[in-house]
Amino acid sequence: MAERYDVLVIGAGPAGLAAASAAAAHGARVGLVDAQPRAGGQVWRHDVQHGVPALARRHAAAALENSNVTWLPQTRVVAAEAGGLLAEDAQRARHLEYGTLILATGARELLLPFPGWTLPGVTGAGGLQALAKQGWPLAGKRVVVAGSGPLLLATAASARRHGARVLAMFEQADRGTMIRFARGLWRWPARVVQAASLRAQLAGVPYRWGSVVTAAHGDDGLREVEVEEPHGRTRVACDYLAAGYGLVPNVELARMLGCRLESEGAHAHVCVDANQRTSVSNVYAVGETCGVGGRDSALIEGAIAGLAATGTTAGMARLQRRRRHARAFATHLREHFALAPHIRALAQPETLICRCEDVPLRALDGFADAREAKLATRCGMGPCQGRICGAALAEMGRFSFGSQRPPLFPARLETLASSMTEVAEPAT
Amino acid sequence: MTALVQLTVNGQAVEVVAGTSVAAAIAHADQAFRRSLSGERRSALCGMGVCFECRVTIDGVAQQQACMLPVRTGMRVVTDG
Amino acid sequence: MSGYDLIVVGAGIVGAACADCASAEGLKVAIVESGSVGAGVTAAGMGHLVAVDGLPAELALARYSLGLWESLKDLPGSEFSRCGTLWIARDDHDRAGIPDKLARLRAAGSQAEAVDASQLHELEPSLAPGLAGGVLVPGEAVVYPPAVARQLVKRACGRGATLLHARAVELGDHEVTLDDGERLAGAVLVATGCGLPQLLPELPLRLRKGHLVITDRYPGMVRHQLVHMHYTDSAHGETDSVAFNVQPRPTGQLLIGSSREYGSNTTEVSLPMVRRMLRCVFEFLPCLRQLDALRIWAGLRPASVDGLPYIGRVAGRRGIWVAAGHEGLGVTTAPGTARLFVDQFLGKPTVLDMAPYDPARVAT
Repeated sequence: MAERYDVLVIGAGPAGLAAASAAAAHGARVGLVDAQPRAGGQVWRHDVQHGVPALARRHAAAALENSNVTWLPQTRVVAAEAGGLLAEDAQRARHLEYGTLILATGARELLLPFPGWTLPGVTGAGGLQALAKQGWPLAGKRVVVAGSGPLLLATAASARRHGARVLAMFEQADRGTMIRFARGLWRWPARVVQAASLRAQLAGVPYRWGSVVTAAHGDDGLREVEVEEPHGRTRVACDYLAAGYGLVPNVELARMLGCRLESEGAHAHVCVDANQRTSVSNVYAVGETCGVGGRDSALIEGAIAGLAATGTTAGMARLQRRRRHARAFATHLREHFALAPHIRALAQPETLICRCEDVPLRALDGFADAREAKLATRCGMGPCQGRICGAALAEMGRFSFGSQRPPLFPARLETLASSMTEVAEPAT
Repeated sequence: MTALVQLTVNGQAVEVVAGTSVAAAIAHADQAFRRSLSGERRSALCGMGVCFECRVTIDGVAQQQACMLPVRTGMRVVTDG
Repeated sequence: MSGYDLIVVGAGIVGAACADCASAEGLKVAIVESGSVGAGVTAAGMGHLVAVDGLPAELALARYSLGLWESLKDLPGSEFSRCGTLWIARDDHDRAGIPDKLARLRAAGSQAEAVDASQLHELEPSLAPGLAGGVLVPGEAVVYPPAVARQLVKRACGRGATLLHARAVELGDHEVTLDDGERLAGAVLVATGCGLPQLLPELPLRLRKGHLVITDRYPGMVRHQLVHMHYTDSAHGETDSVAFNVQPRPTGQLLIGSSREYGSNTTEVSLPMVRRMLRCVFEFLPCLRQLDALRIWAGLRPASVDGLPYIGRVAGRRGIWVAAGHEGLGVTTAPGTARLFVDQFLGKPTVLDMAPYDPARVAT
């Protein structure tokens, strides 16, 4: 049985919530889909202990409490069919038809391989935040945070708030870059305030720049990490290493729909026009999916698409100006926190590159292209469907896995066998 | 007053706040998640349903991503650790 | 112009096996492959090693080849897994066909035994209740064909064969011209699978699209490769069809097939066809409904005019041979095809009568 929506929004983070509430406010019947049980995406993930910030509550309410919005939690899009999307929730297949589609599929963390990265206790930086918010016990645990950018501060603050002992923050950017970044921040006063607040929350936690965690050690779980700092190497005993090197837009659904993608650096994002429209006529994209831009651009772009989808022009120009300013912050960030080349080379030949199939990096030597490497080594053939290893390999300047066949995520066979019309089809 | 949820992880009784994920409950029980192909112990990595390292068996159904599911009363979680 | 005893065009499983066999006979071999070794339909199929009793000549070739597979099973990466084959009778009508099937398989040399309904469910507890019985062939196996193709080419090169990354564009008298203009002199074996019409348009070839779905790991759920008794009705039919075929991989993943359709020459996944295939599979294995699919893909089987491959010298041409058009049996019959071809090539007697595979049979 197909469900039909005027506007179908995929992803209920800031961008998706803004799109849904804007479209619903202008009369559209909206379907809002998210794989998580609650709305908020990553940045506004519901914290079991602390809830969500007031801003998040307001935006979630604006969408979810609007009677025009149907909330579809724990629902994942699996494939695209004529005029609609095949999805599945915890129980069954859903066939979602739409007049307009808004992709707010966000971004995932860039997880780069290094010796010991598969040990229990090694997580992403955003990963540790997500785990903390969903109730992972961190009280009293020793946490090291490493990687690049303001996400480190946010992760460290989050860990501390959940009772962890944050031993240190290791930022790979050098001191000079940090100073230049800070000097340029005046254009975004809210960011200055946020940065100052985070630093205050992290008083007493050592913050080292030009520093990289080069290896994690342990037997059954993480025991200590090895750090290369400007003045030499050290080892730090810890329970968790939260290592985050940036974000990668989730473009798989866009790619499957045939939307034009563009790469800035190693990773693709969806191309959109001034109204957030993609190259496919009734498909929009907003937020991180269009390039990592942060929460503010996500909210603005969601609103733009929600308005555009309902043919509303009022307020559009102002939103577009605000978007330029918000996106400029993302550019400022990107320019200063670009990864030092040696971070892409932390992995040793024996380091696993594909965690699903346990493929070491050296196994990929000597193959001309991604397909050949995949067939010979099974790299990318596991349940993550190349999301982790593919992003890492792209960042490392090696292959990129190209095509996008269904299913978009591992999906129940029953879902794939279900039909939009529920008319009995011949079984043989 | 937050509700508490009782479940079992590898037969061990665990009690957590409602809304906690199965992955977090497994961590509360100090259990591992899965064994990789070459026998390595693995635990949650991304926390957001992308890496598939946190797969466990829940109420008899295998390959469930623990970080994507909130706990339910009486849930039986079996891990491969 | 470089000279060889044999130039093998196409390094799928069939071409690779032929190059390996020819080089073992001391022939100076060149292998011409425009893509990667074993990355065409060889990589898209199920890798099942099954004696299929559709046509007598098909069964004979398969049985002969399965014997030769025993010497390939230890190739690195082959993932040879002797899970056995279980042909399944759904109902009384299917069951009535068991004695004949048993007789055919045994006559061709397969160790086969009939199983009744309760034995069937003992062998495969996951099967739907109420199935009538079947035929068990315990000695049959599954492999990972791309790895085998790579190893066979590696073995050939170890004996002095040359692997050229190029596309053959034109055949001449004991020669082939490549896309960069280079000409290679020698007898030519065309083993290009779906690419056959580009070099030998006189040999009719149709592309028969098939879909496969692979699941996550569920060790022990299925123990044998499972095939419907009348699978070959689909294989030898003309209409779009599905036929039950599920295979346990050594990883514990289940590989699910099969579908057949003419009229499509792309490997784009058709969800309606996948749907049809899965509904068919659920009738035999209802427990599969709750399992997760990781990947779906489609491949194009190179289908000859009559369901039998073309193996032998190409009439009307000089120094040109063919080993192609194996439809869904390329992996099973690769070493058999190679041995038969090389024996013919060297003027030795062949174990099988080659008339059914003679490319000249298509002449009108």
